[in-house]
Amino acid sequence: MSDKRVISSSDNEVLVKVEGLSKKFCKDLKTSLWYGVKDLVSGVSGSSLERLLRPKEFWAVKDINFELRRGECLGLIGHNGAGKSTLLKILNGLINPDAGKVTIKGRVGALIELGAGFNPILTGRENIYNNGAILGFSRKEIKSKLDDIIAFAELEEFIDMPVQHYSSGMKVRLGFAVAAQMEPDVLIIDEVLAVGDLGFILKCFKTIDTILPHTAVIFVSHNMPMVSRICSQIILMEHGCAQFQGNDVSKGIDLYYSRFAGNSSNVVFTDGSLQLKTITLLGVQEEEGLPQVSWMDNFKIKLEFESLLNREVPNFFITIFDKEQRPVAAFEQRKQTDKLFFKEDNVLSFIVTHKGLQLSKGLYSLNVSATDDASNEPILRINDALKFQVIHSKDIWPPLLLKATYENC
Amino acid sequence: MALETRVYQKERTIKFGKLLKASLSDMYHSRFLARQLAERDIKAMYRQSYLGILWAFIMPLTTAAVWIFLNSSGTVKLSNTGVPYPVYAFTGTLIWSIIVASINSPMQSTQAAKGILTKINFPKEALLLSGVYKLLFDSFVKILILVSFVFLYGVGFNTSLFLFPFAIIGAIIFGTTVGLFLTPIGLLYKDISKIITFGMQFLMYVTPVVYAIPSTGIMKSIMLWNPITPIVLTARDLVVGFTPEYLGYFSVVLAVCIPFLFLGLIIYRISIPIIVERLSA
Repeated sequence: MSDKRVISSSDNEVLVKVEGLSKKFCKDLKTSLWYGVKDLVSGVSGSSLERLLRPKEFWAVKDINFELRRGECLGLIGHNGAGKSTLLKILNGLINPDAGKVTIKGRVGALIELGAGFNPILTGRENIYNNGAILGFSRKEIKSKLDDIIAFAELEEFIDMPVQHYSSGMKVRLGFAVAAQMEPDVLIIDEVLAVGDLGFILKCFKTIDTILPHTAVIFVSHNMPMVSRICSQIILMEHGCAQFQGNDVSKGIDLYYSRFAGNSSNVVFTDGSLQLKTITLLGVQEEEGLPQVSWMDNFKIKLEFESLLNREVPNFFITIFDKEQRPVAAFEQRKQTDKLFFKEDNVLSFIVTHKGLQLSKGLYSLNVSATDDASNEPILRINDALKFQVIHSKDIWPPLLLKATYENC
Repeated sequence: MALETRVYQKERTIKFGKLLKASLSDMYHSRFLARQLAERDIKAMYRQSYLGILWAFIMPLTTAAVWIFLNSSGTVKLSNTGVPYPVYAFTGTLIWSIIVASINSPMQSTQAAKGILTKINFPKEALLLSGVYKLLFDSFVKILILVSFVFLYGVGFNTSLFLFPFAIIGAIIFGTTVGLFLTPIGLLYKDISKIITFGMQFLMYVTPVVYAIPSTGIMKSIMLWNPITPIVLTARDLVVGFTPEYLGYFSVVLAVCIPFLFLGLIIYRISIPIIVERLSA
């Protein structure tokens, strides 16, 4: 991962080629072990029979195809258990596929587990040698890189302390510092960078950014902003199959989020006195039940509450969250001059209007909460009361796209 | 610069010969890794103890002491062996423990590396080699004790003592071969390691480890057929300076072991991905 590497002329050749890759797993331990014995026999004798599903087996990875060139990055996303890690294990040569073929050219580096081979009793310095040896470095290479590694991990002070006294973040830092010395042609990254403080994560991604241009990267993550930042292709996996595949990274990410859409509106708090009857967006198109607002359109939410106890009109807080559940914006609260009242049937119906919505393209949801006007005590809180999509031709990552004009001055 | 190409697929398209070559080449190139792993385990074993490396001496000494005591107290009546009994018993148990350890070593080394096997691709042959390194380290300590016994009990120095390492290598080759064949199944089913522990206890009584081959009877014929007998006896003869009368059988056992050792390496190489899949599934 240092910059002294020479980029070969054949930069455009396919480094990773995956054709019709499938892998099956067994749900039952005893059966799995017995199949293992059978596989051992057929592995040694070299049987070429087609592998069909045996009882209690399922496809953990089914018919995956892709090609990856130098400088490209493939993002693998999907829910837990979708088969991402299994696919990585096959790509890394840890397990054999049950169908299909993987062809990989060049040195393969894997950031799947950092600090492999660490022994807790030994010091950080000794463990650099252990870990380095497993990653394929020679003693001489490690010796020459030792100072770099220690400096990168920022562990100068603790390097001769047993690793068992390190915090988990420190261990990951040391592990990454060793791994960062690899100069792979193909790099496989699993969710390993989740631990560690922000400064170190940024440092890791800086390192990964510098190697990206001359490496083919396969990146598994649940961190969508990161995926969208570094990936040029995407595969959304579900039940082992590629649900979506292509260069349209943002579409893949949207699909990934829409898989979570099922868990709709949930009341997280209520004192029983107020109930949300309906919440709708006015003047919008709907597609598959999802309201779509164009960027810079007027945004009108119609809310209908029913009061179960006779109470005063409460204060409402409406917050917009993006698909990663980050709060993006909140609506101004009701002013004294905005008079609202319950009708005779105890129904409160009103419209909140915001002109010229400047949210960027993407999926958003609304959280609605109400507090007592006088005592400020919470009455009702609803997460994901409404989902909507903002339409715009440009896909950007910041949550707001501010309208702007440019002119000479 | 041509890039190395790897292909992973269902069928094994590589011939046994090529696999063996790859296996041996990986083993050669992973010497550093193997040494590092062995060093790590040895250091870690002794660092968290006050007596440290002394434990490596205490264990074999006490085992020998038990047999010496059983013999001198007359609890066990043993036929005359022609050499001071401590030397006799100690060489026997030394070579026996090396055989047992080398049978267990491939499985134990692989099992211990389970965590990294399912995460990182590295030459697995290094695990086997590191097992041998650890074994050699343990044996080295025991050999030091043995040599001091040889002088202490007045057996005296024989040039054949220099050949003793070959007997040890023979024992390691024999044990590793057996161990390699048991490893794939042993990693799947824990029963295998239990059977080894259990079976080796019985096997010891039909091997001239702590007593000589009886002159007549069924025990004699069992012991003579037992392929471990020539290894133990040859090793002992080399230490005490007798003419090794079982050298012929010893060579036959080794000659049979070597092709099987290679076959074992090939099977090991083929079976690791299959095992890893079952370990991590």
